[in-house]
Formats: sequence, C-alpha cells, structure tokens
Amino acid sequence: MITRFVCNGQPVEVETPPMTRLLDVLREELRLTGSKEGCGEGECGACTVRIDGVPVMSCLVPVAQVAGCNVQTIEGLAGALVHPVQAAMLEHGGAQCGICTPGLCMSAAALLEENPHPSVEQVRVALAGNLCRCTGYQKVIEAVSHALVDTGE
Amino acid sequence: MLRCEAPVYRPRTLTDAIYARADMPDATVIAGGTDVMVYLESGSLKPTRFLDLWDCSGLRWQQFITGGQFCGAGLTCTDAIRSPQTHPLVREACSTVGAVQIQNRATIGGNICNSSPAGDTLPVWLALDAEFELASMRGRRRVPAASFWKGYKQIDLRPDELLVGVLLPQTTGETHFRKVGTRMAQSISKVIFAGRYRRGVEARLAFGAVGPTPMRCREAEAALVAGRPVDEVVALVEAEITPIDDVRSTADYRRKVAGNIVRRWLASL
Ligand SMILES: Cc1cc2nc3c(=O)[nH]c(=O)nc-3n(C[C@H](O)[C@H](O)[C@H](O)COP(=O)(O)OP(=O)(O)OC[C@H]3O[C@@H](n4cnc5c(N)ncnc54)[C@H](O)[C@@H]3O)c2cc1C
Ligand code: FES
Ligand code: FES
Repeated sequence: MITRFVCNGQPVEVETPPMTRLLDVLREELRLTGSKEGCGEGECGACTVRIDGVPVMSCLVPVAQVAGCNVQTIEGLAGALVHPVQAAMLEHGGAQCGICTPGLCMSAAALLEENPHPSVEQVRVALAGNLCRCTGYQKVIEAVSHALVDTGE
Repeated sequence: MLRCEAPVYRPRTLTDAIYARADMPDATVIAGGTDVMVYLESGSLKPTRFLDLWDCSGLRWQQFITGGQFCGAGLTCTDAIRSPQTHPLVREACSTVGAVQIQNRATIGGNICNSSPAGDTLPVWLALDAEFELASMRGRRRVPAASFWKGYKQIDLRPDELLVGVLLPQTTGETHFRKVGTRMAQSISKVIFAGRYRRGVEARLAFGAVGPTPMRCREAEAALVAGRPVDEVVALVEAEITPIDDVRSTADYRRKVAGNIVRRWLASL
C-alpha cells in the first residue's frame, strides 16, 4: 500500500504494508536512522518522533495512521542552526552514548514549544517516557531546563 | 521488526465504522495502538485484518449532557488530561497511564476494551457509576461498568459492536485515586484504587490489579455507609479482593496495600 505524508517538511511516499511500524518506515525506507529502536514496545522512548507536533513512540504507530500527517524526526529538528535543545544538550553534557538522545530531544522540543519555561517537575514529567542508561538524567534535565534560558528566548 | 501484511480499513465516520464492523467481525479493532501494536510485535496477535478507528470522527469528543457527561471512546489520555470538563478522577487516572508519548495515543476506549485488570482507568468508571455505550447495525445499548468486565480479559462486547463512549452520571461525594506501581511513569500497576464517598449516603471502593477484573468491594462499601468502624471496612476490603502473586507483586503485598489505601483515605476525610 502507498502511504503519503510529510516528513521533515518534505512530501514522501512509501510503499509498505499498512501495519508497518512508522519506526521501520523511517529507518528502512527513508533511511532516517536518527530514531532508534530501544525496546520495540513503547517503554523506552528512543524512537520518539512528533506527529503533527505531538510526541509519540514511532514503534507503536502503524504507518497507515500517519497518512496525510506531518512527521518530524530528529533529522528535521535543527533549522539553519542546531535546535536550542540540541545546543543545551551539548553545553550541559546531556548526552553520553547517544542512543536515547534523539528521542529525548524530540520530547524536550515538544515540551518547550508548549511551555517555554517549564519547572523541573514539568521537565521530569515530559521526559519520563525517555529512558537513559548513561547520564543519570540530571544533566539532561539541567540541559532542557536551561535550553531557552541559554538562548535568551 | 515483525512483518504484518494484514490490510487496514480506516473509516472516517462512526456510521462507516459501524457498517464496517458488521462486515468484518473478524477484524482487530485498533485505536491508539498502544496495546495492539505491542501484541502484534510480540507475535501474540494473529490478525486477519484491521479496523482502524484513529481517524474516525465522532469518537473523539467530550460533552456535558443532561444529568451528566459523555466521553467519546476515542479521547486520548492527553485529551482527557487537558480538557477542563474532565472529571478529576478520570484526569488523575489518565495522567498515570504510561508516559506522555503513550498518553498522546492511548484512548480511553482502548483502555476499557483491552480490559487488562491493571488498566488504570477501569476502577474510575466503577467508582463513577459509568455506563458504556455500544453500537452496532442492530442499534445501541448501554452496559453499566459494573457488569462490563465479565472475567479475565472478557468483556460484554459482541463481535459486531464498537464502544462509542462512556456516560458519566452526575455524582456526589469526595473522591480519591491512587495508583501503586514501581515508578510514576511507564509502570503497570500493582494496585489501583478509585473511591467515592458521601458520608451516610453512598460509597464506592473500586480496585484494579487485585483480581481477574476491576472490582468493587460491595460489602466494605455497605459497612462504610452504615458507619461501621474503619478497621471493619478495611478488613472487608482485604477479604473481598482476590489478588494473586505475579511478576509485579505478591498477593500479600497487594492485600496489605489495598487496605492501607482505604484506611489512609478515610483518615484524611
Ligand atoms: C509503554 C506502555 C505503557 C503503558 N502504561 C499503561 C499504564 O500505566 N496504565 C494503563 O492502564 N495502561 C498502560 N498501557 C496500556 C495502553 O496504553 C492502554 O491500555 C491504552 O488505553 C490503550 O488504548 P489504545 O487506544 O492505544 O488501544 P489499542 O491498542 O488501539 O486497543 C486496545 C484494545 O481495545 C480494543 N478497542 C479499542 N478501541 C475500541 C472501540 N472503540 N471499540 C471496541 N474495541 C476497541 C482493541 O481492539 C484492542 O483490543 C501502556 C502501554 C504501553 C505500550
Ligand atoms: S523503541 Fe519505541 S519506545 Fe522503545
Ligand atoms: S546517553 Fe546513553 S542511553 Fe542516554
């Protein structure tokens, strides 16, 4: 079946069975390997992408459900400059091995768009679905809390 | 990655969905997919075809109606958390489901029909005397939450029916929700409690994850309304629930915790 949607601003067309996981379409068909498969069952958040701005686990979304939608992956997060969340992760040491980082950035970017000045508690809730085995979370939370403060926004 | 070739039918209106359900009673219904996709990937689901309600208009709304409120089956947990109309108990339960990315897809209809005994919203529907509205080509019917879950993962939903939504009557009394799990996010409950109590008038003490279905402790409720001592109410709760030992917890722990939740709540009133 052919599914059409917009991915990182570009119209795309993929031919796959309709129940193919969005994650597999992104990685295997569109060769966007930024989104990672950590668990394949919705637990870890490494596959987080945004559908019409809303963060979701791409391992749980059949591609049929994104027909006509706007999908944003980590590859589409930066504009001319890196996104403030990416800059803050670099600045604050929020990434180590990096497997969780694309997903974390997508969750964090969605949070900051809605709430540019979140409390630490709000950051924790927004990122609770993104597991990280390396950082211990503290630096990630610092990075996200400071992302827009650092850029003066 | 498991390859699944099954076709997907995606009705845009509720009428189309009901027709489609009559035509394909063998199809697996999918809404947000947060349960279905996990079953599919694990190989435990052997689908022939899918009926996808995600883009079906007419399921994703919430409205006050005479004598109460209607919540569409297609409301996501996030919709429910954000709507100012949402009953506080429903909001609390929805906020404990998974994490943000799950809440953004998980629907209340999916939670109800998946009918895991640990489904976090299920005791809430019991505590609020909810009725479920089911639709098929044969017409509509309403089933009280208290008789919808018939056994472990068995529900009163016929193969040609869809859940359209939940009717919440106007209710009174203090309410309380408590989920006990390993952590706040992404954890399946060990015990879930939803309660509603109006002194001397009525009480609902509803639990999840302490038996094959979500359940009310009716004897404990009666004792509470009759003004019996808290110890007695708690003892009845502990006797009425039927928890088991499993990977997440033990029966003893669940019994103890269930009693403590009720004791603490009653002490705080
Ligand atoms: C990582 C993770 C964490 C989770 N954490 C929690 C948690 O903390 N608490 C909790 O309660 N649940 C949890 N869940 C389970 C799941 O998210 C919920 O049960 C959710 O509400 C299911 O909704 P859905 O729309 O995604 O359902 P789907 O997966 O689309 O469907 C679930 C079931 O309901 C049926 N169905 C759906 N809609 C209808 C309808 N309108 N009419 C008839 N049948 C229908 C489907 O056929 C299927 O059997 C978790 C899941 C994951 C993957
Ligand atoms: S791979 Fe999707 S949540 Fe882990
Ligand atoms: S940096 Fe390694 S998992 Fe997060």
